[in-house]
Amino acid sequence: MKTENQRAWFLVAPVVLLVAFNALVPLMTVVNYSVQETFGNNQFFWSGLKWFEEILTSERFQAALGRQLFFTFTILIIQIPLGIIIALAMPRRGIWVPVCLVLMSLPLLIPWNVVGAMWNIFALPDIGLLGYFLNQVVGIDYNYTRDPVAAWITLIAMDVWHWTSLVVLLTYAGLVSIPDAYYQAAKIDGASPWAVFRYIQLPKLSRVLTIAVLLRFMDSFMIYTEVSVLTGGGPGNSTTLLSIDLVKIALGQFDLGPAAAMSLIYFLITLAVSWVFYTVMTRNEGK
Amino acid sequence: MARISLNALRHAYGPVRSDADYALKQIDLTWDDGGAYALLGPSGCGKSTLLNIISGLLVPTEGQILFGDRDVTRASPTERNIAQVFQFPVIYDTMTVYDNLAFPLRNRRLPEDRVDARVREIAAMLELDRDLTRRAAGLTPDAKQKISMGRGLVREDVNVIMFDEPLTVIDPHLKWKLRSKLKELHQRTRVTMIYVTHDQTEALTFADRVVVMQDGVVVQVGTPVELFEEPRHTFVGHFIGSPGMNVLPAEVSGGVARVAGHPVLDAPVIPAARRLEVGVRPEFVGFGTTGLPARVVRVADVGKARVVETRVGDTRVLAVVGEGQPVPDGDAHLVFDPARTALFADGWRVDAKGAAA
Amino acid sequence: MTVELRAVTRSVGGEVHIHETSLALKPGGFNILLGATGAGKTTLMKLMAGLDRPTTGRVFMDGRDVTDVAPQKRGVSFVHQFFINYPTMSVFDNIASPLRVAGLSKADIETRVGRAAEILRLTPMLKRRPAELSGGQQQRTAIARAIVKDAGLVLLDEPLANLDYKLREELRDQLPAIFADRGATVVYATSEPSEALLLGGHTATVDAGRITQFGPTPQVYRDPGNLATAGVFSDPPINVAAAVKSGDRVTLDGGLTWSAEGAAARLPDGRYHFAIRPHHVSPEGGTGVPVTGQVLITELSGSESVAHFALGPATWVAQSPGVHPWRVGEPHAFRIDTARGFWFDDNGRRVA
Repeated sequence: MKTENQRAWFLVAPVVLLVAFNALVPLMTVVNYSVQETFGNNQFFWSGLKWFEEILTSERFQAALGRQLFFTFTILIIQIPLGIIIALAMPRRGIWVPVCLVLMSLPLLIPWNVVGAMWNIFALPDIGLLGYFLNQVVGIDYNYTRDPVAAWITLIAMDVWHWTSLVVLLTYAGLVSIPDAYYQAAKIDGASPWAVFRYIQLPKLSRVLTIAVLLRFMDSFMIYTEVSVLTGGGPGNSTTLLSIDLVKIALGQFDLGPAAAMSLIYFLITLAVSWVFYTVMTRNEGK
Repeated sequence: MARISLNALRHAYGPVRSDADYALKQIDLTWDDGGAYALLGPSGCGKSTLLNIISGLLVPTEGQILFGDRDVTRASPTERNIAQVFQFPVIYDTMTVYDNLAFPLRNRRLPEDRVDARVREIAAMLELDRDLTRRAAGLTPDAKQKISMGRGLVREDVNVIMFDEPLTVIDPHLKWKLRSKLKELHQRTRVTMIYVTHDQTEALTFADRVVVMQDGVVVQVGTPVELFEEPRHTFVGHFIGSPGMNVLPAEVSGGVARVAGHPVLDAPVIPAARRLEVGVRPEFVGFGTTGLPARVVRVADVGKARVVETRVGDTRVLAVVGEGQPVPDGDAHLVFDPARTALFADGWRVDAKGAAA
Repeated sequence: MTVELRAVTRSVGGEVHIHETSLALKPGGFNILLGATGAGKTTLMKLMAGLDRPTTGRVFMDGRDVTDVAPQKRGVSFVHQFFINYPTMSVFDNIASPLRVAGLSKADIETRVGRAAEILRLTPMLKRRPAELSGGQQQRTAIARAIVKDAGLVLLDEPLANLDYKLREELRDQLPAIFADRGATVVYATSEPSEALLLGGHTATVDAGRITQFGPTPQVYRDPGNLATAGVFSDPPINVAAAVKSGDRVTLDGGLTWSAEGAAARLPDGRYHFAIRPHHVSPEGGTGVPVTGQVLITELSGSESVAHFALGPATWVAQSPGVHPWRVGEPHAFRIDTARGFWFDDNGRRVA
């Protein structure tokens, strides 16, 4: 089979090349920028780890990172349990199954900038359905363009609306794969519905939930488009997440060095957390 | 614990247009308290349907189930106090072996000291006592299946424990160990057990009485010896035993049953049946100088015996010949042991009075 | 087709799966690999098919070294234990698939599929999907796919293991006839000694990654050359006891003694292993050394009964035809037909 093995390399080669051009080359460009300084005119000077030090100690970065972590943590805390509850409530068989699945998939099919624009208009206090309703009917003073708390609530509501479906679909797939015998055995053992959830469904879902958390972590940690369209990071800097800040520095101020250093730090955080998830998952598999 | 009676049970999974739509056609059975039963039949014979009706996972279309004098036809599995062991071991992955065994008792709010005593007693019986603190998920399939059994045995009030092909995923060389463990457990606890299987060895080894099913009908209830020596139906003769019983088309005249024109059996009464057959197991077919003329077509040496394939006309007749006994070449005469040969009318055994059983 | 393994070994990550093995299959016949689960039967078949490469050694087919040849170019068919069919294709298309790959004409495909379906009695089901078939029919479809391309080597890896035993009986009956006039070399893996005997042909006993014996099936059964072969080729397990021969007396570990007869009488004094098949230990009278043992377990198959009983320090197994529910826990009289036993030296080599 030695000959086959070598032939296989030819088949893999295009992918290797593609990955190299797609990921490695730009990454190296970023690394290159992150250790140099430029004053325009395409002139670069070696600056060592200065940018990294500057970014890591800057209050601005720390605040953006804090907001980012708060955002990710909040949406995980809401979306994972909510997703599980919705998946548990969905019918397991019958004609309503496809209807539910299609309804659940809809938010996932809408382009990200459209989601941002939708919620932008939907929540406007004067003409948006939600904004108008809250202000005029319920009587709350709600204006996400002015009030940081309202901006955060809108932001989180939007993300929950957009992404909970993903958790639902993953969980649902996990639920339907549990053999009937488990439910029958639980019935015979006299288990309560809570015990069925705690000792059968949750353990059997653990793998799929780990994947859901991982996906939601990565996506929410790198969220840009929807926030940019909805609030643009405002009011003030109140919803300026890491990605928004990065774009401000890189494109707004054209500080390529700090922006590159920040990108790398950002990238390393995402990589580290994903790696932790990966090891946890594979260790569970080994058992 | 109680006697279980099934009265005129019928079950169909869909709408009923004719008798053929019933998965269970007509079942009247009584399971005595403390018995070891097997429900034996090929896949699709309705044995799993019957099992689910007894356990309460399925409500029958027609008929009644009694536990003692109590009608439980519509009662839930929990109300019936039954236990079931499934084809694939069902264990609670995140719990220890101990917690798995304690689970049914804790759900019924038994005091913890009673739970502990019961769990330790059953674990010792199943030889799981050294694994009590281990996580159940890491055990071998046979240990997992023992835990499933244990969760049934741990309850003192259990009416019946049902086993749905419990050895399917067990390694072949461990099967007989678990099978004999099960038998031993029955003898020690005297809980009614019903063991569903398509495997004759499992059924005959485990059960005191075997219920043989085919196409949604019970064809015979009997001890292993009865099923082997006196099958009530050609299906039982065929299904039990390897190779199964020879079934030869016959006609009856003048008080004698004939195969291919040769008398093989006294038959005092001619039953009114569309189809008459003579059944004899290969073990009870021998060779002689006179008898039914046949042709030897193949001899398979199976070590301890030889399986001789012969043809009577176009009908295949097998004979099992012991080690060292001669086997004729080509033309031969078959001799049937009269005590072990029977006449079957439309599939059912005809007893001495001439009535189809 | 002739198939030969020359001094092949197979190790995975330092663990030896197959020890050095040489085997020349009986061309055009039934070759049975008999051994327990995990003994190495599947690995041996994969080496023949080219699905696995030997760590050392070479594989020859029709005299040609095919060690580096891909499976699809070796002209082999492989039938797995699990019924593997294409679920979305009809039975006809399933059977036809290897012919389509080979680029045969439509008319050619139709005649060959028709012939294969006829042999395996699948003609009425050709239009159906595999899911609509019984287990036996699904496995017959898989076998039809294996024979339709007229491969020189057909490998069947426990093809009946997942079928009900009645279906197994029926299909086992038909298999030798199906392959009888095709000229293909057939390799059939099984863990059941009775299956090997019923199929006939030649048998290689496989034990812990080694072929312990190869020869005509009844001969290997009757005349095992070593203890491993006798062990593999016995179900229920063969009874083995340590024995001492001194003068004309034989004494088993545990005290049972008798006067040596036949070939055993000519053995020099010393320590041996005595092995005897369960059906030569009779619970129903007969000839041999009488013993009494407590019945521990009984097992009843449809036409045979097996009793495990305690004899001295060991558990013995007795087997007899018919259904006999001996009472568990009670003593029972058995007769050991010692003249039928095998004798092995300390290295497990047969000496008498």
